[in-house]
Amino acid sequence: MATQKEVSVVGSLADLPDHANGARHLVWWGNLGFMLIEGTGFALAIAAYLYVLSHSSAWPPAGDALPDLGWSGVFTLGLLLSEIPNLWLLRQARAKKEQAVRIGILLMTVIGVGLTVIRLLEFGHLNVRWSADGYGSMVWLLMVLHTTHVFTELGETAVQALWLFTHEVGDNQFSDVEDTANYWTFVVLFWLPIYGLVYWMPRLS
Amino acid sequence: MTFALQSNEPKTSERHARLAQTWADAPGIWGFLTTVDHKRIAARYILTTVVLLFAAGMLALHMRLQLSFPELKVLGPQGYNEAFSLHGSTMLFLVSVPVMEAMGIWLVPLMLGQRALAFPRLAAFSFWLYVGGVMTLWVSHALDITPDLGWFEYPPLSGSAYSPGHRADIWAQMITFTEVAALAASVNMVATILKMRPPGMTLARMPLFLWAMLVASLMTIFAMPAVMLVTSMLISDRLVSTVFFAPTQGGDILLFQHLFWFFGHPEVYMIFIPAVGFITAIVETFSRRTIVGHTAMVLSVVAIGVLAFGLWVHHMFAVGLPKLGNSFFTAASLAIALPAGIQVFCWIATIWSGRPQFYTPFLWVIGFIITFVMGGLSGVMTASAPLDLQLTDTYFVVAHFHYVLVGGAIFPLLGAFCYWYPKATGRMMSERWGWASFLLIVGGFNLGFFPMHILGLMGMPRRVYTYDPSLGWSTLNMVATLGSAIAVLGGLIFVANAFLSLWRGAPAGPDPWGGSTLEWAASSPPPQHNFDYTPVVNSIAPLWSEDPLRMLDGVGVSRREVLVSSLAEAHPEYRQKSAQPSIWPLLAAIAVSIMFIGSIFTPWAVVWGSLPIAGALTAWFWPQRPRSKTGPLRVRV
Ligand code: HEM
Ligand SMILES: [Cu+2]
Repeated sequence: MATQKEVSVVGSLADLPDHANGARHLVWWGNLGFMLIEGTGFALAIAAYLYVLSHSSAWPPAGDALPDLGWSGVFTLGLLLSEIPNLWLLRQARAKKEQAVRIGILLMTVIGVGLTVIRLLEFGHLNVRWSADGYGSMVWLLMVLHTTHVFTELGETAVQALWLFTHEVGDNQFSDVEDTANYWTFVVLFWLPIYGLVYWMPRLS
Repeated sequence: MTFALQSNEPKTSERHARLAQTWADAPGIWGFLTTVDHKRIAARYILTTVVLLFAAGMLALHMRLQLSFPELKVLGPQGYNEAFSLHGSTMLFLVSVPVMEAMGIWLVPLMLGQRALAFPRLAAFSFWLYVGGVMTLWVSHALDITPDLGWFEYPPLSGSAYSPGHRADIWAQMITFTEVAALAASVNMVATILKMRPPGMTLARMPLFLWAMLVASLMTIFAMPAVMLVTSMLISDRLVSTVFFAPTQGGDILLFQHLFWFFGHPEVYMIFIPAVGFITAIVETFSRRTIVGHTAMVLSVVAIGVLAFGLWVHHMFAVGLPKLGNSFFTAASLAIALPAGIQVFCWIATIWSGRPQFYTPFLWVIGFIITFVMGGLSGVMTASAPLDLQLTDTYFVVAHFHYVLVGGAIFPLLGAFCYWYPKATGRMMSERWGWASFLLIVGGFNLGFFPMHILGLMGMPRRVYTYDPSLGWSTLNMVATLGSAIAVLGGLIFVANAFLSLWRGAPAGPDPWGGSTLEWAASSPPPQHNFDYTPVVNSIAPLWSEDPLRMLDGVGVSRREVLVSSLAEAHPEYRQKSAQPSIWPLLAAIAVSIMFIGSIFTPWAVVWGSLPIAGALTAWFWPQRPRSKTGPLRVRV
């Protein structure tokens, strides 16, 4: 058949909306895809940590001090509490409230800066160098991996705040805020196993 | 399904012209750099892989020349190490995986009756980053810093103690490049296939090629992070003295192998599964019927995707794992033969019960089935742990993986190339030269690689640059070299045929083979916007079951729009604005490349390098909307 297939126009899609929220929105799926990638990375790093642990006679090896619980505790608490404004922001974005979304994203930026500072202090209290031994390397791997996500998320939130304050917010931007909020929840959730492994596993074994 | 009838939209020819204008690229070089057209991006991807296939093929010939007689000096030991490392790494990371993705980037929107991918700029970014990976490896080769440890670089050999210099870093960073590129392409593919199907194309009516791309992309998403993680750990061991893989300091050497093969095994199936999609499409068209056992085919593709993740340890039988472990992985490796067997059965049953037509794309199906079955048999042999202990690192393994990779992926790819060439170019390739290249490639390949099984059983190890005449391996090696040369000659004829047919081929028309899927409803080559209207689908083979093909209007004519539909049922949900061309994907890829390359030399590159990346990404995603009239940062006039 070298000729073009016959077609007949039987209707129209013109009445469809030109925007959708949540899981109907295309970008939501892109966001999910990247969360799957990062989540797999986290899971594999955790598996690697457990693998090295299971092949070591002592955890931490003799001579390594345990990591401090101070700043890490503050960070963990702060991270968990940040979910309150974050979920509020998510709701405002779904309700398409321009002013509330601007305030929420600004708040999340400030919180992000605060958490980043605490995280940097936390690094001073791991009490082991990455080059000391396998234990030290694995601890730093998990910490650096998570910190990268805190950083990127902070950068994204800050840029979004700048944009939202200077522009008229449209449907797509409300969806973007939704995606950012979801991603923050992902960063918070993945901290919990890492916190357990880095700070509590050495105390249990 | 009912749709509002509304036809106050412009009529056909005017509509076509306006769509063409809306979707047009800028002219000239600026258009070249900024395009987000999935067809242009895919064409570049594919052309680059063809060039690299040729380059890596030349390396292979060089190696075969060296091995054709005992004690030759065409290549020395170091040269030989570099040649097989570059050949293997290029073939796997820069040819096989990217080319399958490129086929998806080109074909998926067309098969969905869509105008674009879900994330057009992400596709452009993926390509430019892939180019970064290609340059990393091949510019380094030109500068004589060729990686020389094979296509997987185990520590401690790849650690800084045994591999000073930057050869191992180049290899590791080339992988990071191509993996980020592959991940970007895969997310795009998954979102497009799940959320952009035309009305009526429920999951149950999705052509097998789309299933194959979906499963392969999901596998990529779950497997590639492993290799990125492991190569980053390797670089970090080499650069900042972490000790992930240093057993004397509490690290673990096998951790590298576990993480590497967690990716490396599934990778073979990420290459093979799209090939299953090609083969099925070709078998259906040239048997003039839909595939026997469509559901069984879908389930077997999904089963292979899942099982592949249980198999990585079989690459490590020889390292001495617990006994039970070995038995489990032997069983799992054999289990994958079942879904693969089902597929072969379905293809043969389809051909048997159809009316086969022996055009070149179909020839490749036959070449594939025969070669792949042989590769599978030798694979079943090495899947058994005791036998593998004898055969590991011999030419038996070289023969096996070439049968699987060349027979299982490259042959289907060549078939796919012949099959969709008329759609992409509007011209037919020569059938006569198609036959010639088919016979030379398949014949030469089997002549070249079958003797390697025997060489392996005779004890010839892989990765040796020469051998002693008294070992009695000379004749078979000579035959292997001759066969390889014949295959490469066939490859050159194939490429010449494709090239010359651009001018000399007969005009193809929209549907030269009488295909069943939506891409054949577009003209050849398709215009930039692919389709004037949105097709409606009522079966797995819409072009065979519908006459005329039903279409809907209403998706944007004067702004770039695509249709988004529901996950399972493909009910139309909304019209999504589609991205304009942009220079930022290219600039973002350049920024990322600088960071990746810099981090070979100093860890600070990760810190400073991320600033330009952040800048490029910000510009990329910066929405174009009016300035705010309220709030502290409102526009003031
Ligand atoms: C006519 C085509 C080809 C020829 C003549 C050829 C030849 C060779 C030779 C001589 C070796 C080195 C064997 C050794 O000394 O251990 C080799 C290795 C390899 N080839 Fe090919 N090859 C061809 C095509 C391909 C293709 C299409 C792929 C993949 C899609 C591929 C993947 C590999 C890999 C992964 C290795 C292993 C490299 C290593 O040991 O690290 N080859 N090939
Ligand atoms: Cu395998």
